[in-house]
This record gives sequence, C-alpha cells and structure tokens, in this order.
Amino acid sequence: MQKVYTKIESISGNVITVNAEGVKNGDLAMVSSREGISLANIIKLKGKVVSLQVFAGGRGISTGDEVRFLDRPMKISFSENLLGRIFDGSGNPRDLGPVLDENLIEIGGPSVNPAKRIVPKNMIRTGIPMIDIFNTLVESQKLPIFSVSGEPYNELLARIAMQAEVDLIILGGMGLKFDDYLYFKEELESSGAMNRAIFFVHTASDPTVECLLVPDISLAVAEQFALQGKKVLVLLTDMTNFADSLKEIAITMDQVPSNRGYPGDLYSSLASRYEKAVDFEGAGSVTILAVTTMPGDDVTHPVPDNTGYITEGQYYLRNGRIEPFGSLSRLKQQVNKSTRDDHRSLMDGMIKLYASYKESLEKKSMGFQMSDWDDKLLNFGEKFELEMMELSVNIPLEKALDLGWQILSECFAPEETGLKTDLVMKYWPELNKEDK
Amino acid sequence: MNTGKIVGINGNMATVEFSGNISQNEVGYIVLDEKRLKAEVIRVTGNSAALQVFEMTNGIGVGDVVEFTGEQLSVDLGPGLLSQVYDGLQNPLADLAEKCGFFLQRGIYMNAIPDKKWEFTPKVKKGDIVQPAYTLGVVPEGIFQHRIMVPFGFAQEDFTVKMILPKGLYSAYDEIAVLTDPRGVDHSVTMIFTWPIKKPIRNYEERLKPVEPMTTKVRIVDTFLPVALGGTFCIPGPFGAGKTVLQQITSKNADVDIVIIAACGERAGEVVDTLIEFPELTDPRTGKSLMERTIIICNTSSMPVAAREASVYTAVTMAEYYRQMGLNVLLLADSTSRWAQAMREMSGRLEEIPGDEAFPAYLESTIASFYERAGLVRLYDGSTGSVTIGGTVSPAGGNFEEPVTQATLKVVGAFHGLSRERSDARKYPAINPLESWTKYKGIIEKGKTDLARHILFRGEEVNQMMKVVGEEGTSLDDYIIFQKSEFLDSVYLQQDSFDLIDGSVSIERQKYIFNVMYEILKAKFSLSTKQEARSFFNQLRQTFIDWNSFSWESDSFKQTEESLMNKVKAKLRIEK
Repeated sequence: MQKVYTKIESISGNVITVNAEGVKNGDLAMVSSREGISLANIIKLKGKVVSLQVFAGGRGISTGDEVRFLDRPMKISFSENLLGRIFDGSGNPRDLGPVLDENLIEIGGPSVNPAKRIVPKNMIRTGIPMIDIFNTLVESQKLPIFSVSGEPYNELLARIAMQAEVDLIILGGMGLKFDDYLYFKEELESSGAMNRAIFFVHTASDPTVECLLVPDISLAVAEQFALQGKKVLVLLTDMTNFADSLKEIAITMDQVPSNRGYPGDLYSSLASRYEKAVDFEGAGSVTILAVTTMPGDDVTHPVPDNTGYITEGQYYLRNGRIEPFGSLSRLKQQVNKSTRDDHRSLMDGMIKLYASYKESLEKKSMGFQMSDWDDKLLNFGEKFELEMMELSVNIPLEKALDLGWQILSECFAPEETGLKTDLVMKYWPELNKEDK
Repeated sequence: MNTGKIVGINGNMATVEFSGNISQNEVGYIVLDEKRLKAEVIRVTGNSAALQVFEMTNGIGVGDVVEFTGEQLSVDLGPGLLSQVYDGLQNPLADLAEKCGFFLQRGIYMNAIPDKKWEFTPKVKKGDIVQPAYTLGVVPEGIFQHRIMVPFGFAQEDFTVKMILPKGLYSAYDEIAVLTDPRGVDHSVTMIFTWPIKKPIRNYEERLKPVEPMTTKVRIVDTFLPVALGGTFCIPGPFGAGKTVLQQITSKNADVDIVIIAACGERAGEVVDTLIEFPELTDPRTGKSLMERTIIICNTSSMPVAAREASVYTAVTMAEYYRQMGLNVLLLADSTSRWAQAMREMSGRLEEIPGDEAFPAYLESTIASFYERAGLVRLYDGSTGSVTIGGTVSPAGGNFEEPVTQATLKVVGAFHGLSRERSDARKYPAINPLESWTKYKGIIEKGKTDLARHILFRGEEVNQMMKVVGEEGTSLDDYIIFQKSEFLDSVYLQQDSFDLIDGSVSIERQKYIFNVMYEILKAKFSLSTKQEARSFFNQLRQTFIDWNSFSWESDSFKQTEESLMNKVKAKLRIEK
C-alpha cells in the first residue's frame, strides 16, 4: 500500500523532510505541489525524519503538500523503444513520444566483479586522425575530454557520435545549454545517426537534482544494452556540472566540504560512474567519453584532478584541436600493434617531429636565425596542423596513415624522419610510384 | 544473540539502537529480506551505535533488525591464501564470479580459504607444551613450508597437546589437534583460525632494526634510495606519473618471499593487468608462476567505500601472518590516499570536527599505526621474518603539501617522490632524485652515492643558471658538471622497464656498473670547449646505454665496456 503524508517538516533548497515510517533508504516518493507532481528520492533516514531530494526542486513546495511513498527505488524503462528518443534527467520524454514504463530496470546497480573483467582489445574507429592514430579510443575505455569553457567540445562529441563505429550512442547531457541540446539533436537527426542514439538531457534551466541522475540513467541503460551484446558509447557532457550539483546537494545537507566546497566523496562518486565502463566477455561493451571543463584552465581543480586519477588517460582540447602533448590514451598500446605495421612508428615519428616543430617555432618567435632544417619543420608543422589536427578531418585510420606518409614525403627526405627503413620502403609515396 | 534496530541511515552509515552490550569494531549484520549486510561498529553513544556498512545501503529502512556477532572484523588465516584474489573483506572474487556472474551482488560472503586437502606433517607430539604461535605442524604451500600454528588469539599460557594427527592428507577445515589449557579445558584446532584485522599480530620475541636491503632491481631505488626488509616507503605522485607501473615492477622483481598487493580504490583495469599477467610470469627464484607467491586484495574505486577502508588492514594482517613463518613479505598498497578518503567520508558522516582538508584529526595516528605494522622480527624459534610496506599516495593536484602525503612522510623510512616534469619528459622511473630520500643503508657505500648526488644537485644548479645566462655565460667546468649529471641521469637513473635486460638489473651488475659510473663522475677530463664536452658525453651516453642492454657478462657486454673505457681514457687528464 502506498503511504501518503501531508505534512512537510522542512524545506531547504531541493531537500525536504517528512515524518514517516516504514520507508526504505533510496526509495522514491511523489511530491504533489501547485508546481506540479515531481519525483523525489530518500537520501537520509533519522528516526522518523525522512530527507528527500526533490527532482523538480524545492521551489513552490508548501508545507501542506502531499508526499506519497512509492516503495520502490528509481527505475528506468529499458527496451528497443528507447532508440531515437530524448528524455530528461528523470526519464520523462522531452520529445513528443509516449511515456515508456515497461520492463523497468534499476539504476546505479552493483559494480562489475574485477575477476570478470578482461583486457580490452578492440579499437573504436572515430574517423578523427588525432584520436585514431595518436590516442586510439579503445572499447571499454573511460576517457575525459579536458577542456576550457568555450572550446568546441560539444561539436567534437557530436562528430564522434556521428562517426564512431559503435552500435549505440547514449548522450548524457548535464547542465547543457539549450542551444547545445538543439545542436546535438539537429546534427544527429540530419546525419541519420539519431536512430541509433538515445538522449538523456538535463539543460541548465532544469532542476539540479535531475542533473545528478543523468549519468546513472545513461549508464544503467548502456549496461543493459551491452549485456545484450551491443557496443555502446556513452557521451557525457559536462561532468563538471555533475560535480557542481553534487556539491550543491552536499552543502544543502550540511555535509563538511573537503576541497573548494566539494564533498569528501567526490572521488568515489565520480569513480562509481566511470567504472561502469566495461567489456563483458561474450557480450557487448560500455565505453565512456566525458567532457570535463576545467575552470580557469586549471588541471589541479578538484574535478579534473580526481577525474585524472580515475580515467584511463585524457584528451586535452585546446584551440579547437586535440593536443598531441598531454593527451594520452593509456590503453592504446593494447590495440595499435594490430592495426597496421606502420601505426606505432608513424605515430611516434610524427609526434617527435611535431615537438621539434614547436621548438623551431619558439626559436622563430624569439628572432633566431632559421636553418634549412627549421624551415622544413615549420613547413611540416603547418601541414600537420591543417591536414591532420583540424577536427573537421574525417578519414578512416588507413587513409589517415597514408596521409601521414604523404605529409612526411612532402616535407622531408626519408632519412630525416627517423623512421625505420623497411617501413619507408613500404609506405613512402614516391618510392611506391617508382616501383610501379 | 544480541540484536538491535535501525533508527537512521545516512549514506553508508547506519545508526542502530541496541540493548545489551556491544563492543567497538564489533561486526553486525543488517537483515534485509533474505540478505544480510555486513557492518562494523565505529561509535557507541548511550544505547545507540554508528555502524559503517560495507555494502550499498539502498532498501534499508528504520526498524530493520541488526544482528551483532560479538566478534571484531576478522580474516581467516590458514593454508590456501597464496595466489588468491580477494575483495576488501576477504571474499574470493573468482568464487563470487562463479556464483553471481558479472556483478558483485551485495550480502554474499564466501569462505576465504578453499576446502582443500593438505599434506600435514606434525612437529609436536602428545604431551608437549605449546603457546600461541608455536608451530604444531607444517603443510607445503607452493614453495613454502606453511606453519600450522597455535591460534594467536589463544590466551598467553601453556597448553598441553592432547591430540595431534599423524602425518597425512587432511582438509584445512579438519580438526588436527586438541590442546588442553592449564584449567583442563580442551580446545580444538584446525588449520584455520581468525584474527581481527585492526589488531597487530605481536606473537614474536622482539622487533629488530631493519638493515638488510630489499632489492627491487630498479637502479635508482637500489643504489640511491634503498628500502630495507622490514622497512616502509611511500611513493607519492600526480596522476600519470607512473605510480602503479612502478609498483607493478616492484611486485615482480622484489627480492622477497611473498608479495601482497592491496589495490585500494584504484582502477579495476590495472588489477586486471596484474591478474592476467602474473600467472604467465615466472618467478626467477623458483621458476614457478609469480602468482604462487602473490595475494591480491582488490577493492577498486567503484566498490563500497567502507570495505576499502578495511582492505588495507586485511592485507597487512595476512602479511603479518606469513611473517610468523619466518618469511619476508612485501605489502604494496595502491593507493593509501583512497584509504584516507574513505576515512574522511566516514568521519564526515559521524559529524566529527574536521581537520585539514576535512580529513579527520586522527588521520596521522591512523596512518602511523598502519605503517608501524611493518617490521623485522625475531620469532620464538629464533628465525626472523619481515613485513615491508610500500604505499602509493595520490596527492590532490600533485601537491605534496596535502595532509595524507605529509602524515605519511613522517612515518616512513624512504620517500620516492614522483614528479610530473620527469614523467612528461618520459624519464622513467619518474622518481625525483633530488627531492626523494631514504633512511636505510643501500648496496653501495654511502660516500660514493653522496658524490653522485652532489653532482646531480650541482648539475641542476648549473642548468637553472644556464636558463638565465645561456650556455655562453657558463664556465667550462660548470658545463662539464652539468654534462656529468645529465649523463648519470640518462644512463643510470632512467631505466627502460619494458626492456628484458635493462628492466631488471641484478645487484651484482648494479655494483659493477656503478663503480664505472663513479670513476667517470670523479674523473677530470681534458676537454677544451663546450662543443667538445657535449659530443664527448653524448658518445659516452650512447655507449653506456648500449652497454645496459647487453646481458650481464656476455661477450657484447665486455666489448662495450672496453669501448666505453677506451673513450674515457682517451680524454682523461693525467694528474701529476
């Protein structure tokens, strides 16, 4: 039987308390106020005093409003019908489609037994050379995109959503600007990728509590699809907003803050979401790419700092490009040995030359004399940035590798590249022509 | 049985009202339908107790029953621990996977020690007088003689052996002996007994000063920053500096009998690497799989936080248990910061007054008493055993001033600080040779390593100066010192851990090549220009690196050494 209470004892921010009995920690309740009906979940029990966070926020709730306990935890419908649909942070439709309530699954479920994990072995092709060649994305990897506000990180995510070779894309938007939400929607609809995508979007104007639910809902659905054998890529933007929502609730609940106001369990809260990335043996996988904006371009800020300790590398987005320095895919070694024999050497070789280009550039800006070699490097660096690093470049890995050789051959003699002779013989464009 | 009722839930803390007596750190189970969730008493006020719950607390309601066990949080000790993978509460993960599939279901606890038969050889006979921790018999576990001892928890008094089984094959759970205490009461003994994890095992004659180096085959550690058997060390470093890789290398190469890895609140993927790699690797000392000398305690970042706090204690208790067999045990905890954070979370829920960065005031004493469980001891039978503890620290923002790093530095004997600058420059292992220190004696005379450190220090000074005044403003003597320090850094401090030869360097070899290095560092060279100095040291570097990659005392090794020495001699300034 559902219990109904009509006396709300306290309202503080998004948290209300009710005197109630026989309810369970984590369970849902329905709060009816003149603002409408909202879900809420139990976050603390103390004797009869039950604290609930109201998904729609505390605004307009009156002490005489009705709280109805549902005796079940937060759940989300799971079926193929989710495909192509857009929901908010509570799982209600944001598009014009019907409400889904069949086959409910638990969110924020238990973690995977480490003994059942396997070493990741498949790359995810994105068509973006800076990812595919230099910091390969691997199935079951969790990677943040560290970026300053204003960088085109959502454009990057949208490109990955359209181009990545996966079965399913789940986009979790947290504190998303409404324009950005529309941008994602239009891009994916016009490219036809929408029918393999599911959106869970919390926009900046929605209640804070819904922001907290987005990663859990997205990952719970992703996990179920993965168990059914699907290769799922979860895109989350922006995790810093998620952390800020955690902060907001923690402060409302009078928790002692640890670092810059963030709660002491920030690391665990982030980790329990990121660790949902997994490759199920004999079934599908969950891969997570999550934007983390760095306030003030400061990587030691608690959110990027804690994230860095959790994830398997990071992409730095600077000046509209994925930086080759600092960006790191810890798992790339697992896959780039078996793509093409020149992959690793070309990757290392081009990065070394690009690093030298940066030095030459610095020398040039300080007014030093440029040698022939410096000129060659400058030429190479410009070509590299224009033809490889631009985010608009969309070519498969093999074409990108060929392009790499093409750029090298236009700028250098083979022996200047420091690449092994046998690879040069095989891939250097001019030599190939001579053979023919 | 003593029971109580839930009156409050806040995150992973439950408040329970009880009647009767309960004790601090006692284990209670919250009864939830057919599941029982493990929890530990962490504070008692009046008739209400705060319990930290080792599982997710969803679905618990006010009024739910809690059953108290009267026992503190304990682990099972006995043969069969080696090569196992446990969670923080000593549940075998492989068995859990078999039972529950992909996910860790809450409220499922399994026997830590497999029901396996062991070849038992008694070491006492009927009528003998024994005390706790005395050996009753042995069973072979892997390459070790696993001592079956009188349970450490028995009272410190004389017991008479009333019955002991003859040599034979018995299960770990069989009764193997009956002991009679001075009051005439009989006690049954199996191969297994339990021990509370937060209580150090002190059944030994005396604690000794750690002196003998524990070698790791990592040059910068063994030569410059050694760790002694029974000592403690810490590895703080920002993310991506290679803490975990360094620990993995140490766990493979360390010259100890048993390695216990406590993966505490870190990435699950890294544990998987170890899980997959170790069974394939052979232990150079025994020729058997490395897994046979390893125990992994794995409580990764997404597993319940309270169990993370317990996991380092679970690990150190097992380490102390094997020390009682006269073995040298190395415990690697990765990372102690996550353990400290678990304490912070709980302290916040208890509404304690926060200290620095909201860590509890008892952070320092807790860290100190954990590291103090390391040590070299002389056992009752005269043999010695040791527990060496190495913990990584993940300081927020890579800043070593934070409370966990500082509290750790106070109590450890060696500090291997990793730096972002060195790891960004791909200088591995990224231990900063100038900031790090050790209190232990190494394999090489201190006078010699002091000279090398001095050169590193001076080289860094010159390097800083050169950034301001340029190469042309630096004197040739200073420039040569700079070149020497760069040379030492690139061929000796840096090491390619993926190279078969260079990855693990024996002590004999380290001593030998360090002497060569010492002569070069000490030597005065007749070099007339900076250009000449640079190209001379470049040549030395290239030859030395080649030398590092040849196997010890092979022909190529000897040839390269000769060529190196010839290059050195050619430029040596002869003193009158």
